Amino acid sequence: MKTAVIVFPGSNCDRDMAVALEQVTGKASAMVWHRETALPDGTDFVALPGGFSYGDYLRSGAMAARSPILAAVSEAAGRGVPVLGVCNGFQVLTEAGLLPGALMRNAGLNFVCRTVPLTVANSQSLFTASYKVDEAIAIPVAHHDGNYFADAETLDRLEGEGRVAFRYADSVNGSARDIAGVLNDAGNVLGMMPHPERAIDRAHGGTDGLRLFEAALGVLA
Amino acid sequence: MKVNIYVTLKPGVLDPQGKAIHHALEGLGFAGVDDVRAGRFIELEVADSVSDADLDAMCARLLANTVIENYRIQRA
Repeated sequence: MKTAVIVFPGSNCDRDMAVALEQVTGKASAMVWHRETALPDGTDFVALPGGFSYGDYLRSGAMAARSPILAAVSEAAGRGVPVLGVCNGFQVLTEAGLLPGALMRNAGLNFVCRTVPLTVANSQSLFTASYKVDEAIAIPVAHHDGNYFADAETLDRLEGEGRVAFRYADSVNGSARDIAGVLNDAGNVLGMMPHPERAIDRAHGGTDGLRLFEAALGVLA
Repeated sequence: MKVNIYVTLKPGVLDPQGKAIHHALEGLGFAGVDDVRAGRFIELEVADSVSDADLDAMCARLLANTVIENYRIQRA
């Protein structure tokens, strides 16, 4: 299992993501700089980490979504390679058009940084197969722009096709229909605002995030 | 030549920032403001050879997020 973490100027959860991936795979992730035009040969899992790529200039994720490596990520996603975007990574995936919708300023205008209860809305995806549907889990969030928006027709389609992966159990940021994470139509791209890589060790206060990596990286017993 | 780009939130998209500005205006005692929507203004300095189609593509591909925003291009 070869994993890659994309690093943008302003990424700050890239190391945490790499630690989570290595904990599950036993192998170090490739750290891929945004100026690269190709992923390492044989990459079979790509993670876009949290942070403030390009200082959130223009819009969160907007500049990163147009960086050279995103063409390679998009091509890999098209081949079915699993791509996980967390927080800023989710914003990048929507800006790049790999996921529908947009992430706007939190409805309360405040930066929200705390562990939040989530509900698993889809337990069939490659990322969520280790959870039970409607299971309550707890994963930290830390964001200013996590207010998920899409038009009603898109939201209906996402719900109808089982592409909402996680919902906030309580309102956190004003997201439409409390959506915390969405899948692409093929199910191999997941974007989510909560940080599963911050919930992989008891010392973190919880390990609910670890199961996402275990499912996605195919090492569940 | 100078080109002005106005990026505004689409109607129906909630604008918490605009709401906060509205609230602050009321706090300052300005009556009669019915609504506030905050957007973005971008000035480009471009060669005369840059076409309208180029400007439109710049807006659609980067300057605006057409999921949530509209844009208007004005050659100054």
